[in-house]
Amino acid sequence: MTTMAAPSAYPLGNRLERSPGWWAMIWIIATEASLFGFLLFSYFYVASQARGAWPPGGPLELRLALPNTILLIVSSLTMWWAERGIARGSRMRLRIGLLVTFVLGAIFVIVQGIEWSHKSFGPRDDVFGALFFTITGFHGLHVIVGLLLNLAVQVWAWMGSFTEDRHLAVTNAAMYWHFVDVVWLAVFTSLYLSPRWA
Amino acid sequence: MAVVPATIETAPVERLRRIWETPPGLRGTLTTVDHKTIGKRYLVTAFIFLLVGGVEASIMRAQLAHSGLRLVSPGVYDQLFTLHGITMIFWYAAPILSGFSNYIWPLLMGSRDMAYPRVNALSYWTFLASGIFLYTSPFLGQAPNAGWFAYPPFTLTTYDPGLNMDFYALGLLFLTVSTTVGAINFIGTVTKMRAPGMSVNRMPIFMYGTMTTSFSVLFALPSLSVACVFLFLERRFGFPFFDPANGGQPLLWQHLFWILGHPWVYIVVLPAMGIVSEVIPVFSRRPLVAHSLVALSTVATGIIGFGVWVHHMFATGLPALSMSFFSGASVLITIPSGIAVFAWIATMWTGRPRFQTPMLFATGFIALFVIGGVSGVVTAAVPYDLQVTDTYFVVAHLHYVLIGINLFGVLTGFYYWFPKITGRMLDERLGKWNFWVAFIGFNIGFFPMHIAGVLGMPRRIYTYPAGMGWDTINLITTIGSYIFAIGILLFVVNVIVSLRRGAPAGPNPWDAGTLEWATPSPPPPYNFAVIPTVRSSYPLWEDRLPPSGETARGEERSSVFRGPVLDDKRETLGTSPLEADTMSVLRMPEDSPWPFLLTVALALVFYGAVFGVWWLAIAGAAGVLATLAGWFWPRSLEGGAVA
Repeated sequence: MTTMAAPSAYPLGNRLERSPGWWAMIWIIATEASLFGFLLFSYFYVASQARGAWPPGGPLELRLALPNTILLIVSSLTMWWAERGIARGSRMRLRIGLLVTFVLGAIFVIVQGIEWSHKSFGPRDDVFGALFFTITGFHGLHVIVGLLLNLAVQVWAWMGSFTEDRHLAVTNAAMYWHFVDVVWLAVFTSLYLSPRWA
Repeated sequence: MAVVPATIETAPVERLRRIWETPPGLRGTLTTVDHKTIGKRYLVTAFIFLLVGGVEASIMRAQLAHSGLRLVSPGVYDQLFTLHGITMIFWYAAPILSGFSNYIWPLLMGSRDMAYPRVNALSYWTFLASGIFLYTSPFLGQAPNAGWFAYPPFTLTTYDPGLNMDFYALGLLFLTVSTTVGAINFIGTVTKMRAPGMSVNRMPIFMYGTMTTSFSVLFALPSLSVACVFLFLERRFGFPFFDPANGGQPLLWQHLFWILGHPWVYIVVLPAMGIVSEVIPVFSRRPLVAHSLVALSTVATGIIGFGVWVHHMFATGLPALSMSFFSGASVLITIPSGIAVFAWIATMWTGRPRFQTPMLFATGFIALFVIGGVSGVVTAAVPYDLQVTDTYFVVAHLHYVLIGINLFGVLTGFYYWFPKITGRMLDERLGKWNFWVAFIGFNIGFFPMHIAGVLGMPRRIYTYPAGMGWDTINLITTIGSYIFAIGILLFVVNVIVSLRRGAPAGPNPWDAGTLEWATPSPPPPYNFAVIPTVRSSYPLWEDRLPPSGETARGEERSSVFRGPVLDDKRETLGTSPLEADTMSVLRMPEDSPWPFLLTVALALVFYGAVFGVWWLAIAGAAGVLATLAGWFWPRSLEGGAVA
């Protein structure tokens, strides 16, 4: 007699913690991480081939970038606090956490814009400028995407779309935000710190 | 979620059909997420790109048939060989394999759909739109014209003004959207959607092929994206990435391009090797020899493929140590490739081979794989490579690889699965003519190219003077390639004739052992009336095969025609990645307009960028955000869609 592999009831998989939608975000992050890997590969390749000082104008200033880095790390913590909140059923913690994260992320983008406008070099002047503005620009775009995700999730949070056991969009937006922050640590270390060690 | 078992006789098939069927009409056409429809669209569209690329090649071969011909101008010739290269490599060779995977995978794994059906639709629409974008350029007389690998500084505006290479950079970026989301869909599907019991050791090699290439896409394709972004920024805005005058590095492009370029070779061959690994056992009347080793070789080839890119750059003056490393890694690839070839030969040797058309193409594939492999091994040796770099020897090698191990695999797949897809057999007699004309024509046409290369004929020249000793070889090559083209046309004729007059196929015309042949031909919208349970690699052959491995120990048999129905909404089973134990019922999305609308918005972005109409690009970007918001707007699961 043939054995049936199927018992009579299974959970609805779209609601489980490791649902297909969760995995999709993991793979998006994997390929995006490779994208930044190749951007930084380009940076280090050009640096290794450079004649003369690298960066040409000496190491980049940390006056704005370092506080901005700390700000972004804090925003990851607030995002985590928001997501843990809805996982425990607190819609208010979710809304407050998302809002604070959004404000911190927006400040990061504004500070980055200020830093851009005060640079003594432009993206067309030499290859360092091209790499600096392209890599930080790519990262800035990802922060903006993270903010837009945050905004969408905030709208849905106010509509009351999320519950304790159903908040995949929150989890995905949070994962993406943490990813953007980790990428910034890699960018910051490569562009701002590594020339100081050479 | 209650799961009621049934047999295919007692399953409520009419209800399943109502749930899964896409309504006809324009709305259904633009919104369908049926993997079978998407797969067919992929196959037809990619095949049209093959024919277009073939016409471009035919014009080039006419020009080269004799010394000093001026059928087309040098500028047009540049556009022809560039367009031919990128069309064949990016818009035909990989997408046609995605077409097979899209159509066949859920059937082969006993599922009702891919993991992300709407992403699947997006992947097709962006593939089509990026192809239309690329082919806008020849109508403006500005097709890409610097070779498919587009080396700067030659591709910078100083030497190559016009929109030609802007179409190249942006077209490839547009296609990247399609390829990337497609890869995510394949990975999600292979890890989540296999029928209960289809553990990794029972998984068909075809699935290993596409799975491996999907991982390669995720981790290697961003390299090309970075290169194309740099190229576009330098051409349009003057960012000096590659211009040495401002510290830029022309070799940076070559590294970025080939870091993707070489894994791409495996992306366009591993799934084709998978197709052949499905076909050879069926026509040898026995399971594949060394199934696990072939599976591991497939994965190993994909991994080692990341460490060989510098063998495209031996002539650029890199340090000898680095070249030795990459030369060694390139030779290493012969080991997994050799395992696959010997497994196929052993399967035929120990089986009872029947040489029907799919098998003819599969054996032709093996022969051409060996020739293309050997010419690859010799070019992996640095001194030999330095002799033949940029000659017709390389052209010969890459065509043996791309036609031999991609196109012959694709034709194997067409002859094998056409009955499943259409319900009709392809004509056997015409098929044999198809094979022999194509196989003989190909070898007459492309083998002499090796000799032309050794005699020093450079690639990418629009003509050559008399007295170089290349006339006869080129005439033979032109004749052979035209015979080959006739062979491909015979295939087209066979398809057209057989679609109307082909013999009805029935569910399993080849008496094959895998799950797709347990469904009717063509399969109904819901694929399987009941979800099968699998206990071996060839569930339909279990009655005839001597018990082996787990079936012997557990005495459990596959249950193909009895299993859970799942007819609440669009539903299928979600299983675990390694053992394929049932974990959950997955609620699949309904048809959706968002993938199509998102593609339209993306097209606005790319057209706006290439023509410098920035308001159009910004409007497109706003459209992208709006469609994404619509796509992911939360809905109740009971309504069908998944937030």
